[in-house]
Amino acid sequence: MIADLGYAAVLLAFAVAVYAAVASAYGAYKNDDRWVESARNSTVIILPLLLLASGLLVTLLLLGDFSVDYVWQVSSREMPTYLKVTALWGGQAGGLLFWNLLLAAFTAAAMLRNWDNQRELMPYALLVGAMTQIFFLGLVAFVENPFARIAGGVIPADGRGLNPLLRHPGMIIHPPMLYLGFTGLTIPYTFAMAALISGKLDDTWIRTTRRWTLVAWLFLSLGLILGGRWAYDVLGWGGYWAWDPVENASFIPWLAGTAFLHSVMIQEKRNMFKVWNMVLVILTYLLVIYGTFIVRSGVISSVHSFAQSAVGPLFFGFLAIMTVFSAYWLLRRRDELSSPNRLESLFSREAAFLLNNFVFMGVLVATFWGTNYPIISELFTGEKVTVGPPFYNRVNGPLFAVLLLLMGVAPLTMWYRSSAERIGMALRWPALAALAVAGVLYFAFDVNSWGALLGMWIVTVSLLLTILEFWKGIRARMKRGEAPWSALSNLMARNRRRYGGYWIHIGVLVMAFGIIGSYFFQQETQIRLRQGESVSLGSYEMTFQGVRQFPGPDDLLIKEASLAITDNGRSVGELTPRTELYTRSGQPMTIPSLRSTIGEDFYVIMVNWETVTSNEATFRLYLNPLINWVWAGGFIFIFGTLIAAWPDPADEKVTAAARARRRAKARPAYGD
Amino acid sequence: MKKPTLYLFLLLSLLLALPAVAQEPVTDDEVNAVARDLYCPVCENTPLDVCPTQACQDWRDEIRMQLAQGKSEEEIQQYFVERYGPRVLAEPPREGFNQIVWLLPIAGVVIGAVLFGLYLNNLRKEGVDETGEVAQSTAPVPPPAADEDEYISRVEKELRE
Repeated sequence: MIADLGYAAVLLAFAVAVYAAVASAYGAYKNDDRWVESARNSTVIILPLLLLASGLLVTLLLLGDFSVDYVWQVSSREMPTYLKVTALWGGQAGGLLFWNLLLAAFTAAAMLRNWDNQRELMPYALLVGAMTQIFFLGLVAFVENPFARIAGGVIPADGRGLNPLLRHPGMIIHPPMLYLGFTGLTIPYTFAMAALISGKLDDTWIRTTRRWTLVAWLFLSLGLILGGRWAYDVLGWGGYWAWDPVENASFIPWLAGTAFLHSVMIQEKRNMFKVWNMVLVILTYLLVIYGTFIVRSGVISSVHSFAQSAVGPLFFGFLAIMTVFSAYWLLRRRDELSSPNRLESLFSREAAFLLNNFVFMGVLVATFWGTNYPIISELFTGEKVTVGPPFYNRVNGPLFAVLLLLMGVAPLTMWYRSSAERIGMALRWPALAALAVAGVLYFAFDVNSWGALLGMWIVTVSLLLTILEFWKGIRARMKRGEAPWSALSNLMARNRRRYGGYWIHIGVLVMAFGIIGSYFFQQETQIRLRQGESVSLGSYEMTFQGVRQFPGPDDLLIKEASLAITDNGRSVGELTPRTELYTRSGQPMTIPSLRSTIGEDFYVIMVNWETVTSNEATFRLYLNPLINWVWAGGFIFIFGTLIAAWPDPADEKVTAAARARRRAKARPAYGD
Repeated sequence: MKKPTLYLFLLLSLLLALPAVAQEPVTDDEVNAVARDLYCPVCENTPLDVCPTQACQDWRDEIRMQLAQGKSEEEIQQYFVERYGPRVLAEPPREGFNQIVWLLPIAGVVIGAVLFGLYLNNLRKEGVDETGEVAQSTAPVPPPAADEDEYISRVEKELRE
């Protein structure tokens, strides 16, 4: 009953989406506002319909109605309540429904918010938005129906339970963030295509979508950072990023979006590179679809599983259609997008942004290539290969270094032209100071890896330059008699995008500091210990005190080791790494235990694949230097993005005024 | 099996095992050093040294045995490649078709950099017309900053507002 109602809501939402597409197209064709308004209303209606469907699916999960196949697949009676709710996105069909819900929410919000100030783009924006929604709703309605009954008609007594990897508090927040990022990035595409189709190619669409891009980008970044933390806490291999295809699938659209957020500034300032910006928006959208496709179709594992999966070929078809659709309109409007303005100097802000875009594209292409190479190899040679971290580190590492340096140097350039001499002058002292830092690392800390020294030098240079940018502004304001603190806050309030951007840069540099530290200087060892025996790593010594075994929630069997830890001979407490066995599925998990300090993490895993007798166990120990700077940088990064993306009071006034004008105009027409 | 035969068998096995016992035992760290760069075909994208499945444990035991026999890392890798194909390696072998996984990004960056440089240069030249004047921009070119930056002047302008 509940399941039927849920499916009915999905079908209705699909029908409404189709109607919205038809009505907006017809309204645009006939130039009839009533049809466009009807299309808008139906677009907005999709959201409550999908809220209803998702709510009903959650209800089924909470009730434990195992006559529904999806509920049987992803939940079990004894699962804690919060996991039953998050099981909504714990499997394919539910995940797609959730994707649709967030897409509908973003689309409705964007259409309502920009209804007044983007009136001319609206018919086409509604049409393009509906196209995406139709595809994803079609998948849920006809291919991956989360409300489908279980085959055979026999209702099982209990479900199979959620994938153990997803039974972690981090999984509550990580997938929604990625989904919000992905669905949000369809909005800039919607407006870009609307601008292309309508031919209204002035800058208004880009101003409208800039903030939407930033908001979506914030969620995607947050999703990536949280994903890293989740891997570090749950996967038990001592790291946070493995260049796994699924990770890459969310990183690749992020790269395109980041390139766009930078190059859009050239268009705003100089009215140049409009074709390129369109290309980036379109690319970001296509990569979002591709990313979802990679995760959903299993194409990377094997070309064969792609052919067998129901959604794989459909995704591929949709991707092809949208590529042709976008390319057609872009080529048609190519001449209208050309700019009379020219690059005037290679030492200009424009050129710096272009170089930034070039490097971002380099990372993107390399990552995309590495992720897809196993498919290519299988197709051409019939042989599966693995493209693992060594490939990405070697190819992307140097490109990242260039980006980090650009981060500090590019803001020194000016629009139109600046002189190499001036940039050199500004660079001189930070470069020397950073050289001193590298020297200290070399002589006092015995850092003798050239990669690490170069990395630390670059990070220091860029950090100093970014801080100097703040200082220049603050000093100018202080000369006017402002107190340092209010000078800083006024400076940031005056130009939030610029200073939000600098905060983001500082966040990335701090993260880079942590990444360099943990990448180049990680230490590890694995050893089998008897009860009472000790092992040391770095300044730490750990003594194995014993293992206790106890049942956890659900079907969990937990073995937890007790380890006494001393740091430089001083006791610093106990660590308790554990192995968790989901007895029903037989899937083991190794949950690390760690001692975090600002300088390093001491991270211990009980290696569960050896037989653990009561008085002997094998442990794997990692020393991850500077790793907490990665998370600290993540916080700064998000802080900066919030500063840049927060609604601007001045913009709000303009929007409100436009709304009021329309109301005033609309009133006589509707006669109320 | 009759008893004397059994004893003989046990004695023989012990003798055969002796050379292995006589050597230094292979440490977990030595096994992991080899396992780190190997991937089993089942657990995709999880390196062998951290993979908790039974299959991967068997592989690690195999590595330990071969290390005990004095085999090198390359020989052990070769052993797994022969049995399970090149996918067990962390990166494609640098031979035959698979070389393009490396050549393409390198060629891409180099060709890309050249094209990008030419493009930038072109853009710049197009901006200068026959008289050598810089083509008209929609926005006025700001006066060249003397010693202070455009930045400071903007902050100052904001303050005057």
